[in-house]
Amino acid sequence: MAETNGHSQANGQHVVGTRTVRPDGVDKVTGRARFGADFNLPGQLIGRVLRSPHPHARIVSIDTSKAEALPGVKAVITRADFADQPSEFIPAGEMMMNYKDVVRNVLAREKVLYEGHAVAAVAATSTAIARRALKLIEVKYETLPHVIDVVEAMRPDAPLLHDDLFTVGVEPKPERPSNIAKRVEIKQGDVEAGFKTADIIVEREFKTAPVHQGYIEPHAALATFSEDGSTELWTTTQGHYIVRAHCARLLGLDIGKVRVTATEIGGGFGGKTVVYLEPLAIALSRKAKRPVKMVMSREEVFKASGPTSGATVRVKLGATKSGKFVAAFAELKYQAGAFQGSPVQPGTMCAYAPYDIEHVHVIGYDVVSNRPKVAAYRAPGAPISEYAVESVVDEIAKKLDIDPIDLRMQNAAHEGTKAAYGPKFGPIGLEETLNAIRKTEHWNAPLRKWQGRGVASGFWFNIGGETCVSLTVNEDGTVSLMAGTPDIGGLRASLAAVAADELGVPYDKVRPIIGDTGSLGFNFLTGGSRSAFSGSMAIVEAAKQIKADLCARAGKLWEAKPDQVEFSEGHVRPLGALAEKVKPMSVADFAKVAGKTGGPIGGVGRINAQGAGPSFGTHLVDLEVDPETGRTTILRYTVAQDAGRALHPAYVEGQYQGGAVQGIGWALNEEYVYGADGKLQNAGFLDYRMPVASDVPMIDAILVEVANPKHPYGVRGVGETPIVPPLGAIANAMEAATGIRFTELPMSPPKVLKALKDKGLSKV
Amino acid sequence: MSKHHIEAKVNGDPVEFLCETEDTLLDVLRDTLSLTGSKEGCSSGDCGACSVILDGRLVCSCLVLGCEVGGRSVETIEGMAKGETLHPLQKRFLEAAALQCGICTPGFLVASRALLEKTTNPTEHEVRYWLAGNLCRCTGYDKIVTAVMDTAAAMRKG
Amino acid sequence: MRYEAPESVEGAVALLAGAKGEARVLAGGTDLLVQMRADAVDPELIVDIKKIAETRAVTEEKGGWRIGAAVTGAELKEHPRLKQVWPGLVEAANLIGSTQVQGRATLGGNLCNGSPAADSVPALIAAGAVATLAGPKGKRDLPVEDVMLGPRKLALTKGEIIVSFLLPPRPARSSDAYLRFIPRTEMDIAVVGSGVSLTLDGGGTITAARVSLGAVAARVLLVQEAAQAIIGSRLDKAAQDRLEAAARAACRPIDDKRGTTEFRIDVAAVLTRRAALIALDRARTS
Repeated sequence: MAETNGHSQANGQHVVGTRTVRPDGVDKVTGRARFGADFNLPGQLIGRVLRSPHPHARIVSIDTSKAEALPGVKAVITRADFADQPSEFIPAGEMMMNYKDVVRNVLAREKVLYEGHAVAAVAATSTAIARRALKLIEVKYETLPHVIDVVEAMRPDAPLLHDDLFTVGVEPKPERPSNIAKRVEIKQGDVEAGFKTADIIVEREFKTAPVHQGYIEPHAALATFSEDGSTELWTTTQGHYIVRAHCARLLGLDIGKVRVTATEIGGGFGGKTVVYLEPLAIALSRKAKRPVKMVMSREEVFKASGPTSGATVRVKLGATKSGKFVAAFAELKYQAGAFQGSPVQPGTMCAYAPYDIEHVHVIGYDVVSNRPKVAAYRAPGAPISEYAVESVVDEIAKKLDIDPIDLRMQNAAHEGTKAAYGPKFGPIGLEETLNAIRKTEHWNAPLRKWQGRGVASGFWFNIGGETCVSLTVNEDGTVSLMAGTPDIGGLRASLAAVAADELGVPYDKVRPIIGDTGSLGFNFLTGGSRSAFSGSMAIVEAAKQIKADLCARAGKLWEAKPDQVEFSEGHVRPLGALAEKVKPMSVADFAKVAGKTGGPIGGVGRINAQGAGPSFGTHLVDLEVDPETGRTTILRYTVAQDAGRALHPAYVEGQYQGGAVQGIGWALNEEYVYGADGKLQNAGFLDYRMPVASDVPMIDAILVEVANPKHPYGVRGVGETPIVPPLGAIANAMEAATGIRFTELPMSPPKVLKALKDKGLSKV
Repeated sequence: MSKHHIEAKVNGDPVEFLCETEDTLLDVLRDTLSLTGSKEGCSSGDCGACSVILDGRLVCSCLVLGCEVGGRSVETIEGMAKGETLHPLQKRFLEAAALQCGICTPGFLVASRALLEKTTNPTEHEVRYWLAGNLCRCTGYDKIVTAVMDTAAAMRKG
Repeated sequence: MRYEAPESVEGAVALLAGAKGEARVLAGGTDLLVQMRADAVDPELIVDIKKIAETRAVTEEKGGWRIGAAVTGAELKEHPRLKQVWPGLVEAANLIGSTQVQGRATLGGNLCNGSPAADSVPALIAAGAVATLAGPKGKRDLPVEDVMLGPRKLALTKGEIIVSFLLPPRPARSSDAYLRFIPRTEMDIAVVGSGVSLTLDGGGTITAARVSLGAVAARVLLVQEAAQAIIGSRLDKAAQDRLEAAARAACRPIDDKRGTTEFRIDVAAVLTRRAALIALDRARTS
């Protein structure tokens, strides 16, 4: 492993770890880069979706005849155009999904299960005609009572979404269906015994609201179907191979006949790991015999993509008076949306993962309710459970009068700790991040009245997965790098740096692209903080093949034995006596004689990347509360997180900063607001309040690097951990500023003012 | 109903197009003039991804009708570089990694350009409030604000 | 959908008066286009008033200022003198939306959109602005507080447009301020808006005042009692308390996704007091 870590340019310099300009950058700053909605094909039709106005209803009938008769309408599809799918669970990013549910989420079959649920779709020669056509589709609904809140949905008398959903994970198996899809559990030791040894126990219940990933680019797909059963699709996605698999399955096509190009993607954060428009666009194109382009409106994104769970979480943590955590319990209830599959499993895994606790018991419930099906949102499940735990840890620190960083250090997971969810940690950087925060000027800066400081730590396990990358040396010595995981934030820069160092080729001579599904073997999606980790690992493999190949070619050219040649610093070098006879040859030198020495030069890394190392982070935030209005201002923010090895420091910092600001929005202002009628009241950027530039200060980012020994460069995934600590850190800062522990998110001004007034703390 | 026939200037070039009354300038730029650099994030003027400069004024092109721009001058992201020479803001954004997914970048560049043409020495506060109409979900704004201020400083040095 | 851009007031009035179906005036378009895209309105006729010179001018008149209904917030801010005389009004117009929105949004449009949460309206009312309307029956003047009758309900009759606003002459030692409450720092619709305009005598006592509250009732309110609470005072603590009580008493807000009734009432009191203090401070130094 360590042997490849030292690979470098001919002059001994490394590109890895420097702040290069990303290779796809010029196109992005000039408007030339093509995102999902920027693709067009001649003769294309515009597709639009008819969506349920009801949160819960049986579909009695769908009559599309008037729409089909409208001039300009070339195809209309409904559930009749999709074969039903038998129940089968498959991985979807870091969550699981069931094809039986996928086909129903893409187009409702028996019932509509949320306002916005797709019921039919049309393809027409213009947007105006498509919109008119939707109005002509007649759907008869039999409305049903609905339920949205997770606790409400768990009640035995709650409106039932699926009459074939029987809770998995309880014994004995229930006789009656319910909205509780699954019960999960992790257990270590004996918490009841552990609590008996605690000097202090804090038990609290927390509530969070559904929030959306908030990507600025709406979903978009362009499909063209050919009479031979093949289809080409351009879509903005985090995983075009996954899109291919889903579309092939849902439409009954050979995977090899579905060619998907991942366009540039304008944000995903987990929300673009599933399919919405793609199967519809293909089905419409198949029927209309013309390309079909579909783009969601912002309202559709909010109503019909995959906001994450709202949840209720109960936490009970016991400690000795010297601050040792002795027993930890939590019960998580997460909304899954219309179909099962909330991130409650990772939520249970992550809840106490930062701490070394002997007795741990976490139970989680996956609960369906009449809101859109949950999709992944950056470290899915963890921000919610760790918000609750970090709040209680803070409360224990205050009650025991122990410094909150000291308390965390005392209990911190470290190398050798066995996490309650199973694995034993290798080297990890939690303590380093805590120390890094403690050393900042921020930690000691003075505060005034109504200002508060909060700290919290967080964890995400990160994944590896199937990855395929090709490296090709072109005739002029430049290198073409083709990866198969969409680049959502600077990946191509990092991968190009690794390839440059591996082959000793200048950075600007490496040209990375994201290949379509026809060009590379299977790649799992961009998610789980895996793309830089796995992609770089696969590049190392591909580079190994090239280096071995070049050494073999040198052997022939120089009539040398294998132990007389080696590859280092971008050259095949003759060793020993041979060095007096021949000069080293660079990759570019070989490129010139490729044909003569055996043919094109290249390598393909095909791996199922293992050894993903977890990334721990600690966040520190100062805020100020206006006691007369309840408005919170974030004054100062510092992130320290372990990257293992930062392939490109600026893009790693960017992940820390972006995740922190998403957390600020989640903590203070973002939430789905439903009326009593089950309809979403804030389906736009006006009232779904994401942070704007004036809402946040600079986010100081500290890169901690505790190398991951299982990766050739020491890399850990970093993309998800940044959103995990902010909720707890901000809630803890609010407590410091106001003396009030807020157990419900978001901590929006009306709630804060009311709490201040109730405690007699506001003069209003 | 016949379409409007509009003559205007886009990025210094005369253009001619037909549009319906309800077509926004954003629709015209993207779908009729094939200038897809301006992005549609919300169609309600809340995200700024469609920002353009209309007769010297920073606006959301989703809030302007195509038929309103007859005889007027529109500047989009596509006109910001001069040939192969990037605008200092474009260069700085690249050097400072002030973009991740890049969807909001055209809007931020157009808006920042408008700011620096008005004020050569904006404070961090002024930059943040000027850019409050441009949403970014990836960067947390830090590197964008720094890039704008650094560019302002560099441009002051000449 | 027809689009017309008349170059005279009479032309605009004729088009609107003669419209068969739904007709809408287009100034900045920052509300109209959003409503069209959301299918909330589907006009047959759009009348763009921006080519009418009177709607675009800012001129001094009889010691006061006449502001065209289609002057944008950004233009108001760039006017060399207006923000010295009416800082509250200019800052209110420049709180609407974003920089991009302020580049297009107008006082006329903000008022005629008929939202009680409109940012510029409390400041206009506190300023004592009078709207000049033109219609099929001729011109008439209407105090701004009488223009918006309720959500999306205006006192304008068919064919009438607002041409301009007249701000009264400003006595010495006068100034205004507008504050709004939003949960973020920008980009939100006002949960509460409060505009205060006042005049001081040589000794610093308030001799005249107007207080207007937005987003706390079905229309933007002119709160006489709040003005009375501070006239004759130097805005000492007792006067501030009276002012807050009057502001509270005037509120008739709703509970919605932006704020609860209780919250709006509380914050209306706080913002009114704070706006009055800012106006006082500005008036002392004006």
